[in-house]
Amino acid sequence: MLTFITRRILLTIPVLFLISVIVFSLLHLIPGDPARVILGQDATPAALQALRVQLGLTRPLWLQYVLWIGGVFHGNLGNSLQTGLPVAMLIGQALPVTVELAIGTIIVSGLIAIPLGIYAAVHKGRLADLITVFGASIGLSIPPFWLGIMLLLLFTVHFHLFPSSGFVPFFQNPIQNLQSMFLPVVATAVREAAVLLRMMRASLVEVLGADFIRTARAKGIVWRVVVVRHAVRNALVPVLTQSGLQVAGLLGGLVITETIFSLPGFGSLLVNSIFSRDYTIIQGSALVAALLVVGVNLVTDLCYGLIDPRIRMGKGA
Amino acid sequence: MAKTELSVTAPGVLRVRRRWRLFQGRRPTLWLGVGIVFVFVFAALFAPFITQYSPEQVDLFHMLAPPGGSHWFGTDELGRDLFTRIIYGARTSLTVSAVAVMIGAIIGVALGLISGYVGGWLDEWLIMRVMDALQAFPFLIFALVLGAVLGGGIFNAEIAIGIGFIPGFVRIARAQVFLQKETEYVQSARIAGAHWSRILLRHILPNIMAPIIVQISLALAGGIVAEAGLSYLGLGVQPPAPSWGTMLKTAQGYLTIAPWLAIFPGVALALAVLGFNYLGDGLSDALNPKG
Repeated sequence: MLTFITRRILLTIPVLFLISVIVFSLLHLIPGDPARVILGQDATPAALQALRVQLGLTRPLWLQYVLWIGGVFHGNLGNSLQTGLPVAMLIGQALPVTVELAIGTIIVSGLIAIPLGIYAAVHKGRLADLITVFGASIGLSIPPFWLGIMLLLLFTVHFHLFPSSGFVPFFQNPIQNLQSMFLPVVATAVREAAVLLRMMRASLVEVLGADFIRTARAKGIVWRVVVVRHAVRNALVPVLTQSGLQVAGLLGGLVITETIFSLPGFGSLLVNSIFSRDYTIIQGSALVAALLVVGVNLVTDLCYGLIDPRIRMGKGA
Repeated sequence: MAKTELSVTAPGVLRVRRRWRLFQGRRPTLWLGVGIVFVFVFAALFAPFITQYSPEQVDLFHMLAPPGGSHWFGTDELGRDLFTRIIYGARTSLTVSAVAVMIGAIIGVALGLISGYVGGWLDEWLIMRVMDALQAFPFLIFALVLGAVLGGGIFNAEIAIGIGFIPGFVRIARAQVFLQKETEYVQSARIAGAHWSRILLRHILPNIMAPIIVQISLALAGGIVAEAGLSYLGLGVQPPAPSWGTMLKTAQGYLTIAPWLAIFPGVALALAVLGFNYLGDGLSDALNPKG
C-alpha cells in the first residue's frame, strides 16, 4: 500500500512541475511585448518599462521562473495589475462561492442520477430504462449555460420565483443564499447528473450480471436486498471514483454558469480578469484550477486504491 | 465438361462490404445521429440556398419581430432574420469544431502512436506527464486562458479548443498501440525490416482507427459546446459574424421582451450536440460489438 501511495505521489511531482511551466509561460505566449498588450498602444515608454519591471520581464527567463515559483511556494501569486491587491487574496475570496456551487451541483446531480441509474439498470431493456437513457442523452446534450438562460426565462422572468443575479453569503442569510444558488446549481447539475446516471446504470448492469449476485439469488435472498445490499454497494465504487475525476469538467462549466448568474466566484474573477487583461490573476486562476484538479484526482486515486486492492497491485490501472 | 463460374471480388470491396454490414441492423442511435448531423451539415453547406436573407442584413423596421410570417424564428435586436443567423451559425460552429478536432486528432494521434510504440522514458516521463499536466486544466478554463493570451477570434478559438483535445486522442491512440504492437502482423513487419514509421502508419494506424473515429465524433460535440461557450464569453467568434454562443449572449439582454432570441439558437446548439453524441455512441456500438 505504501508503495502505491509513494508511486502515485511521485508521479504527481513532474505533473506539478509541468503545470507550473505552462502557467508561467502564459505571459510569454502573448504575441509581441506583454507590457504593450496590457497597457495598450498609447502607453508611454516609462509606463511600459515600469510594468516590465513589475512583471519581472527584464530579468533572464530562468530567474523569472525561479522567483515566480518561489513566490507560489509561499502563497504569493503576485498582485493584480488593475487593483494592486494580492491575487491569492482575490482568489481566496472568490473560491468559496465556486466551492458552494460545486458542492450543490454534486449533491443535486447525485440525488437525481443515482436513484434513476439504479432504476434504469434494474429495469434494463424495458420502457422505463429506455426513457431514462433517452432523458440522460438529452441532459448530456443541453449546454449548462443555455439551460441557465432558460431557467432564468422560466423562473425569474415568467414566474418571478428567483432572483436573476446577485449573491448573498450563506452565513449572512441562508435563505437568500439558497435562493441565489438554486438556479445556477440546477443549470450545472443536469448535465453532471446525465453523466453520473449513465455511469451508474452501466456499472450496476455489469455488477448485476456477476456470479456473486447469482449466488446471492440462489441462496434465496430477496431481490430488493440483493440489489441494495450487494449490487449497488459494489457498483457505486467505480461511479464515485469516476465522478471524482469529472471535477475538471465541472470547474470549467461553472465558469459560464457564474457569468450568467453574476455570481462573484472563481469563474467570474477569471472572466473579468481576461477582459481587463489582468494577466497575474489569469496566471493565478489557471494555476489554482489545475492544482485543484490534480489534488482531487490524487485523493480519488488514493481512495480507489484503498478500496480496491487490484488498483494498488497495478492490475486495474 | 462442366463450366465453373468463379466470382472474383477485390479485397477492398470485401472490406467495404464487411464494414457496411456493421452499420446495418437495429442501430437507432447511430441512424438518428447520422440524420441530425446530416441536417446540420447540409444546412451549413447550402445556407445561401436555404434562406433568402443575409445573416448580417440589418432591417431597422422589423427589430425584435416575433416568430411567424416571413421570419420563421423572428428577428433580433437589429432586425436580422434569426433563422438565417442560426443556419449560418451552424456553418461557424461546425467549422470551428471540425478544425479544432482536426488539430487535436492529428497532433494527439501522432503523439499517441509514438508514445505507445517507443515506450520507455519518452512515454512515461515525458509525453504522458505533459498530457497529465494539460488535462489538469479544466477544458474550458484552458481554452479561455489560451484565448486570452492569443486574443479572441475564430482562428485562436480553434487552436485553443484543439489543444484541449490533444490529451484525449493521445490516450486512446497510445492504449491501442499497446494492444497492437505485440500482435503477429506487427512482429512480422518488424522482422521483415520495416521502418518504424512505416509500421506505425501503414500497419498499426489503419487497425486502430475505430476508437479514433468514435472519439472524433464525440469531440465534435465537445467542440461545438466549447465554441459556443467561448463565443458567449466574448472570446470566440466576434460579432457581427453569426455564432450560437454570441446569439445567446445577446439574447440574455432581451429575455423579457424577445424570449425567442434565446430559445431557437439554444435548441439548435443542443440538437447539434445530441446528433454528434448519438453518432459517437452509435459508432462505438457498431465498431466495438463487445462493448
